[in-house]
Amino acid sequence: MNLHEYQARDILRRHGIPVPSGEVATTPKEARAIAEQLNGKVVVKAQVHAGGRGKAGGVKLAANAAEAEAHARAILGMKIKGLTVQKVLIAPAAEIASESYVGVIVDRASQRPVLMVSPAGGIDIEEVAAKTPEKIQRLAVDPRYGLLPHQALGLGFFLHKDVKQARAAADIMQKLYAAMYDVGASLAEINPLVTTPDGTVQALDAKISIDDNELDRRPDIAALRDLSAEAPEEVAAREAGLTFIKLDGFVGCCVNGAGLAMATMDLVKYYGGEPANFLDIGGSSNPQKVVAALRIITGDPNVRSILFNIFGGITRGDDVANGIVQATREFPLKVPIVIRLTGTNEREGIEILKQAGFSALNDMDEAVKKAVELA
Amino acid sequence: MSIFIDRETRLVVQGITGRDGSFHAKQMMAYGTKVVAGVTPGKGGQQFEGAVPVFNTVADAVRSTEANTSVIYVPAAVAASAIFEAADAGIALIVCITEGIPVLDMTKVLPYVRERGARLVGPNCPGLISPGKSKVGIIPGNICQPGKIGIVSRSGTLTYEIIHQLSTHGMGQSTCVGIGGDPIIGTNFIHCLAAFEADPDTEAIVMVGEIGGTDEQEAAQFVSEEVKKPVVGFIAGQTAPPGRRMGHAGAIISGSSGTAAEKMAAFEKAGISVMKRPADVVPLLEARL
Repeated sequence: MNLHEYQARDILRRHGIPVPSGEVATTPKEARAIAEQLNGKVVVKAQVHAGGRGKAGGVKLAANAAEAEAHARAILGMKIKGLTVQKVLIAPAAEIASESYVGVIVDRASQRPVLMVSPAGGIDIEEVAAKTPEKIQRLAVDPRYGLLPHQALGLGFFLHKDVKQARAAADIMQKLYAAMYDVGASLAEINPLVTTPDGTVQALDAKISIDDNELDRRPDIAALRDLSAEAPEEVAAREAGLTFIKLDGFVGCCVNGAGLAMATMDLVKYYGGEPANFLDIGGSSNPQKVVAALRIITGDPNVRSILFNIFGGITRGDDVANGIVQATREFPLKVPIVIRLTGTNEREGIEILKQAGFSALNDMDEAVKKAVELA
Repeated sequence: MSIFIDRETRLVVQGITGRDGSFHAKQMMAYGTKVVAGVTPGKGGQQFEGAVPVFNTVADAVRSTEANTSVIYVPAAVAASAIFEAADAGIALIVCITEGIPVLDMTKVLPYVRERGARLVGPNCPGLISPGKSKVGIIPGNICQPGKIGIVSRSGTLTYEIIHQLSTHGMGQSTCVGIGGDPIIGTNFIHCLAAFEADPDTEAIVMVGEIGGTDEQEAAQFVSEEVKKPVVGFIAGQTAPPGRRMGHAGAIISGSSGTAAEKMAAFEKAGISVMKRPADVVPLLEARL
């Protein structure tokens, strides 16, 4: 789960990292009031889960409160990478002497948290890594001891020659590392970390991604989820215990297991179709999950055929069949459906489908080919 | 032979009285796995199915039954703790089926497990099966056949699909290992490839990978340097969009890294035969054997 910039800034501030003041507005009027309070030049920043906000026109400087209101009016409601801007952050426009990058991620290769710092701040760190890798320093942290003071200071000196600034940056790194474990983040970055002309080091922009597996034990963090920033059908799927991701194609897919679901999408493409979605009904399926899945798939007007690919293990064929029959009683299907059913309770499942007038196939390739043909 | 599990495997089931644990304990017993103990705190002294003693702790189970392998079915909130406990009790092979363990917990679990000389398979995996000998986890025994093909996979049901393709064409398996779909896992492709290469009864290896991370690329490098047996590979997620977590916590293309195309190219370069679809596994293996 991604947090908005303003939410990430709050978390950093709570962990003692210096962050300039600023507040969130949902209307141009609110934006004006906040700017008046800040009394001076402000920056108006779109709060959406997308990179490249600046380039898209979602970040604007305002000389006064009236200008802040006008910018907010332009930015609120605009679309950035398909996402509608519903909130803007109004923050004082900082005077910047230098910009750097500080981030911590859970690194898959070293299986440890890794601190990454770069004096090339303000731009995408992937770009820095690709073009000027010598400008990045990485440090794999032993999670049993955490980020040690001398390690942080070493990285601090990679960013700043001045010992006071190096110490300030090191302190921020240790607090950022602590914040990561504290909120259950898989990524926490400050970009840019800036120095102002008077030498103060502070976090100007922040990004935090929370590991979804942490949300059950951190209700305060789970409450930060912004449902309006997500596709409604993905929200509905999550509530039904399904994993659903909308794609641009026309063959609606319903599969048990994430790997098989991806392989099914790939096979749709292999046979000349385009998958309309990724949908994993998960392990212990019950008929209700299948009903919810079909409701979501049929809600997509681009879907021209529906493909079930079920390889029963924990998932039982009769559960899936009952779900399909029940769903089609509740809402008749307007597009053809192709069902591949094999594994646990396959015979029972096929019998249930037969009695309701459906047929089932045993082979994955055959089923996918047919679903593409019918689309 | 086989890798990691065989007839000597003496299994303790952590969470044996739970819904998933009890169901799969029965399945494993029916398959012939030596299930010697179960653990559920507070239920020590009971008998599971009138045949398996239940203990309060893994240490008690090991003391009384000489269990050498554990399988974990406990809920995500206590799964990391269950792994620590198994490692502390001297279990050599710990298989964690549970999905949903926070990745930051795993950064602390893994060093602990390794310092005690144990191997962790998973988490978020279907476990292992050495057909005809032992099954530890949830892979359906009825789709497997004893034979000479080793399988290592990041997926669950996709692995069943591949096993099904092989078995229906008379190609049995030495061992199938589901290594799990999380970003941080205890046993990776390279560990399994090395074990299969050393196993005299494995003649060829099937690798099933997916988008996200660089494990497949590193495994490809290992294959080109260390593996003489034929290897056939598949990557799921050729049509997956970047930046989205495709069900598995580890199946995500970050920026431009971890794509299926990049992994398939690494396979090709290492001399691994690349499947375009699961059904290609049989003809590709036949061509290499």
